[in-house]
Amino acid sequence: MTKKTKLLLGAVVIASTIGYLIVGGIKEAAVYYITPTELKAKGPATTDRAFRLGGMVVSGSRRWDPQTLKLAFSLSDDKEQVAVEYVGSPPDLFKEGAGAIVEGKYMNGLFRADTILAKHSEEYRPPEEGQATAKDHYRTLVKPPAARP
Amino acid sequence: MIATLGRFSLWLAFAIAIYGAFVSLLGVRRRRPALIESGQGAVFAIFGLTTFAVLLMEAGLVGRDFSLEYVARNASLDTPLFYTIIALWGALEGSILLWVWLLALMTLLTVMIDGKRQPELIPYVTAVLLCISAFFLLLVTFPASPFTTMLPVPLDGRGPNPLLQNHPLMAIHPPGLYAGYVGWSIPYAFGIAALITGRLGEGWIRTVRRWSIVSWAFLTVGIIVGGRWSYEVLGWGGYWAWDPVENASLLPWLTGTAFLHSIMIQERRKMLKNWNVALVIITFALTIFGTFLTRSGILSSVHAFSDSTVGPLFLVFIGLILFFSFGLLVYRSDKLQAESDIDSLVSRESAFLANNLLLLGFAFAVLLGTLFPLLSEAVRGVKVSVGEPFFNAVNVPIGLGLIFLMAIGPLIAWRHASLDSLRRTFIRPLYLTILGAGICWFLGVRGLYPLLAFALSLFTAITVIQEFAGGAMTRRRNTGEGYLIALSKLTSRGRRRYGGLIVHLGVALVVVGITASSVFKLEQEVTLKKGESLQLGRYQVRFDELSAWQEPHRFVVQGSFTVFNSNHKVAEMRPAKRFYPAEQQPIGTVDVRSTAREDIYLVLSSFAQDGTTATVKALVRPLVMWIWFGGWVMVLGSLIAIWPDRRRALATDQVEERMAWQPGRS
Repeated sequence: MTKKTKLLLGAVVIASTIGYLIVGGIKEAAVYYITPTELKAKGPATTDRAFRLGGMVVSGSRRWDPQTLKLAFSLSDDKEQVAVEYVGSPPDLFKEGAGAIVEGKYMNGLFRADTILAKHSEEYRPPEEGQATAKDHYRTLVKPPAARP
Repeated sequence: MIATLGRFSLWLAFAIAIYGAFVSLLGVRRRRPALIESGQGAVFAIFGLTTFAVLLMEAGLVGRDFSLEYVARNASLDTPLFYTIIALWGALEGSILLWVWLLALMTLLTVMIDGKRQPELIPYVTAVLLCISAFFLLLVTFPASPFTTMLPVPLDGRGPNPLLQNHPLMAIHPPGLYAGYVGWSIPYAFGIAALITGRLGEGWIRTVRRWSIVSWAFLTVGIIVGGRWSYEVLGWGGYWAWDPVENASLLPWLTGTAFLHSIMIQERRKMLKNWNVALVIITFALTIFGTFLTRSGILSSVHAFSDSTVGPLFLVFIGLILFFSFGLLVYRSDKLQAESDIDSLVSRESAFLANNLLLLGFAFAVLLGTLFPLLSEAVRGVKVSVGEPFFNAVNVPIGLGLIFLMAIGPLIAWRHASLDSLRRTFIRPLYLTILGAGICWFLGVRGLYPLLAFALSLFTAITVIQEFAGGAMTRRRNTGEGYLIALSKLTSRGRRRYGGLIVHLGVALVVVGITASSVFKLEQEVTLKKGESLQLGRYQVRFDELSAWQEPHRFVVQGSFTVFNSNHKVAEMRPAKRFYPAEQQPIGTVDVRSTAREDIYLVLSSFAQDGTTATVKALVRPLVMWIWFGGWVMVLGSLIAIWPDRRRALATDQVEERMAWQPGRS
């Protein structure tokens, strides 16, 4: 075997190892985006795979227990609703009536999310007339201390 | 006034860029030095005009001239001066203005520094750089003009995005990254000039060596500081999320690293000529691609702070770059023949070749993973994403291979390394590494990857120290100098080699930091009543109280926590939430207490509105500081490698440098 062949062989070995890692990695890590309607249509066939479920947080569906940190809400795409459960604090961007994407698994009619992906809105719209801002909301409830620490 | 002057100077700069590119090419074709000089004059003029435009923009920002739309969107009466000044790169238009200015500056430096040394190449280099400038100037004159005015003039502006006015690192992260991106234009321009003129020897490589290291170092700063910003501002407890924009900055860094290594082979052995040109083209195209990803909003990202219409223009530009550059490469393929061949598989050349393959494989995997949602939607019509598990599964093994090569590469001889010299060089580091890995095992490190990561980093560190120590000892024996003088003289006589070794040491520190902070991370989220504590590792975190107050530009709610280490108080920590007037949701402010051993990281994730309870997320991440420190070590090494020689390229120096390049001398 000449040096060139050996060299080429080495390169092929490295390249195919990387290729193997990439193919395996994609098979292992691919997560499908899915809407509530698509998820319901798939039914029980979806149990062992992780999905990314996107939809609107249904108004009035958000419940959070500070003690257990359990967050429950429904995601909807106008046709179907999926109940979602998550353990942890709701992200700052998470709001009823706004969009959210969750990642997790669907079992027995409940979507157990490990992650809530909250995309930061790039629009900095000033609050509309008459609409209380988050700031006003909290200011009434937390009493300012006499002196700033 | 500002708007008119600003728009006028940018339009003028655009026209001059086109003119300068044209006369440079014409001058060199017709052999008319006057035209070439006129082209270089254009470079000076563009630098003057863009500097003027940047100053105008800053005047508008600092003077709060809200008739400028950019100022109205990114500054407000309450915004502190510091964040008003750096709002220049807070959004798309200002960022591209900064980009244009950096490019103008670097073009000017290139003409001034290399104009005399590379008279054949410089007209083409000028033309290429002016074409790139023209593209970015086109963006700021028309689709993304920072000097757009608005009527009626608002009384107050919206202020910068709170995430961008929450941390002083915003002053370094974007400009560092941009300088790194822009810097690669210069090696690219030289590569293209070399292709056009057919002067594909080592001349252009020598000229771009420093530029490449400088750009690489700026990219490194941008990436590391960006990670730190993400860690200290975004409040998710991590520094790297394989987010599209992060990946976009990593891509040119990876191919640039490959380039920095493979040009050494061309310098020493006159091989890989076409490979080097291809690498510099790819790296440059990736820098433009990175800006495209950051600025087009095509993939959602935590770092993407603007959606805009400039995306398609960027795609066209990238297409043109790739088409012309690779067309030229094919056209010149006859002049790109290697003048020698690899002698042995056990040689530095082949270690570098393997390093290049792995780096490109790494880059390819990152690119594929980043674009996977787009690709799968285009090909199969389903949206599929691959997240962190994919990047870890592919890149951790490749990365471990790279660290291994990083440890052995600089110590193997060029051409052919004998078994005997290998044994002499590596036997001691090998024993020490095995010992170190044993200690890691004993301390509780389990799993193949973490053990390998620690062991290989240790191996790298030991070989680097051995090189320095061995070299200094030899020098001391021969010259009778003291240890420190011998060490500093050794370094200054072989700056490139020893600077490079220090960079390797920095990488090893970063790898140790990343591994430890990922594998041994502790995390807990609980709701605490006043006076209650949570237990995390060695620490107890007690919730003391909640307070709130109004600041000029925001309202702050802050939790006070006391951290104990087995009843011994170590810190008081105050994570907060800040409410900005223009925002619907609060912005969290984390509190991090860093030591060389570990970080305690507190996030105030929620609180009862009467102030009696607070939900806190606490993390303990070991050795995070090593990542930031290792990053600065990498920059220090780069500085040593590019530091100019006082006695310019004396013959003796070259001999010494060559001697320093011989490994295994000890």
